[in-house]
Amino acid sequence: MNHATAATYAPSRRNARRMGAIARYTLLEAWRNRLIVLVIAAVALLTLLSLFARELAITESGRLQTAILASTLRVASVFLIALHILNGLTREFNDKVLELMLSLDLPRPAYLLGKFLGYAIVALAVAAIATVPVATFAPIDSALAWGCSLAWELLIIAALSVFCITTFTQLLPAAAFVTAFYLLARSITAIQLMSGSSLLGADTLGQKVSAVLADALAIALPRLDAYTQTAWLVNDAGGQPALFNLLLQTTVYVGLLLAAAMFDLYRKNF
Amino acid sequence: MAERVVSTVPGALLALLAAGLVSQLALKALEPRPAATAADLPSPPSITTLRLASLGEPTATANLLSLYLQAFDTQPGISIPFKDLDYDRVESWLVRILELDPQGQYPLLMASQVYSQVPDENKQRQMLDLAYRQFLLDPNRRWRWLAHATIMAKHRVNDPSLALRYARAINRYATSAEVPHWAQQMHIFVLEDMGEVETAKILLGGLLASGAITDAHEARFLTQRLNALQAAEKSSPVSRR
Repeated sequence: MNHATAATYAPSRRNARRMGAIARYTLLEAWRNRLIVLVIAAVALLTLLSLFARELAITESGRLQTAILASTLRVASVFLIALHILNGLTREFNDKVLELMLSLDLPRPAYLLGKFLGYAIVALAVAAIATVPVATFAPIDSALAWGCSLAWELLIIAALSVFCITTFTQLLPAAAFVTAFYLLARSITAIQLMSGSSLLGADTLGQKVSAVLADALAIALPRLDAYTQTAWLVNDAGGQPALFNLLLQTTVYVGLLLAAAMFDLYRKNF
Repeated sequence: MAERVVSTVPGALLALLAAGLVSQLALKALEPRPAATAADLPSPPSITTLRLASLGEPTATANLLSLYLQAFDTQPGISIPFKDLDYDRVESWLVRILELDPQGQYPLLMASQVYSQVPDENKQRQMLDLAYRQFLLDPNRRWRWLAHATIMAKHRVNDPSLALRYARAINRYATSAEVPHWAQQMHIFVLEDMGEVETAKILLGGLLASGAITDAHEARFLTQRLNALQAAEKSSPVSRR
């Protein structure tokens, strides 16, 4: 190893170690915030709710229970992960923890990637916990596909939350943006289809503009309606064939969001 | 918080950002456009389930369900002909929405103005009958939908007896002062169209004599109708419009 290689190797290894340390402390923060306990409690409550719904059903009770359980677990997981990340990072901004970190010999991307790594592990843990009850009520291969898809969805939400809080630095606008983004990403396909067809029989300028707008939005958003579908669990068609495309979309979008977050963080003048 | 200039951002990061953007655009360009598929209308949940699901907001839920039902005809990207819908299920949904929000008019508008427009007489009759049955539950609020059903029965279904039945129901049960006279008098014109000129004449004359018509224009119009009926009767033994 020559001097030049050693010089570039040593900082990157040191940065990797620092990122690991930040990720570890992010995990510790999630543990001490009792996030995992909260997730387990939410999963248990939602499972009870689905059992209650099962008792109400006259027919297809198992199907109804699985559908209610899966859809509520999905939303609850997204909600908890997003709020946990937004809250944690807002506190770091407000308590000047970030400034303290950056005053050390720590590159900004290392801090951001370390935080994201920690949150990504938390997101994977949340997805795993949420998949357990689903797997007991649905076929195991479908439940695993559902769980993988949920994990990738949560990774996107984690990256989005990191990006939002880096950009807005305040909880309310960041939470509002994440919520709006999530709702839009889950309904963009329907919006695109509706705006593309003349439902009212009128081919007006307004309709054309709305169709173009919907198409433009669809380009910028991941199609979250294709992720974590309850239909995989209750219908014969599993979600395995879709998993590769979803993984590809997740990789690209998480990369894009993290790059955008780093860009914003680099430009911040503390 | 002041921002540093873009030049402070490392070139590698800018390249990464650009690569991310290009990848997202490429992925979306390669992705096939979403295709619309028609789904069957499911049966509505029970009223108990809906009340539970409404979380104490039955009116809001009823309105959302109305939109859901309406959107079913126009599912994303696809417009399903009404005649292809299962009308028993459509009727169940409409009744359920009315049970959730009895004061709402939306389901009756859909029944009388939308779902009854299909070129299928049985389905037309089913929707008209729904409007009639729901009218009987709250005549003073729902008369207008039965009035429309009367016209539909007369001109679209070509069943004057059915039209007369509906028109008589309006006259008999929709007694509120807010119900306009034209609606309460519909049975007279239906009778006239059926050739029951004598009955129509008696009813029209009785209405004018009762003094219930206070609007001068309306009274003049009805008098003209009565005169026309009498003139037609003199010129022909059977008067038809």
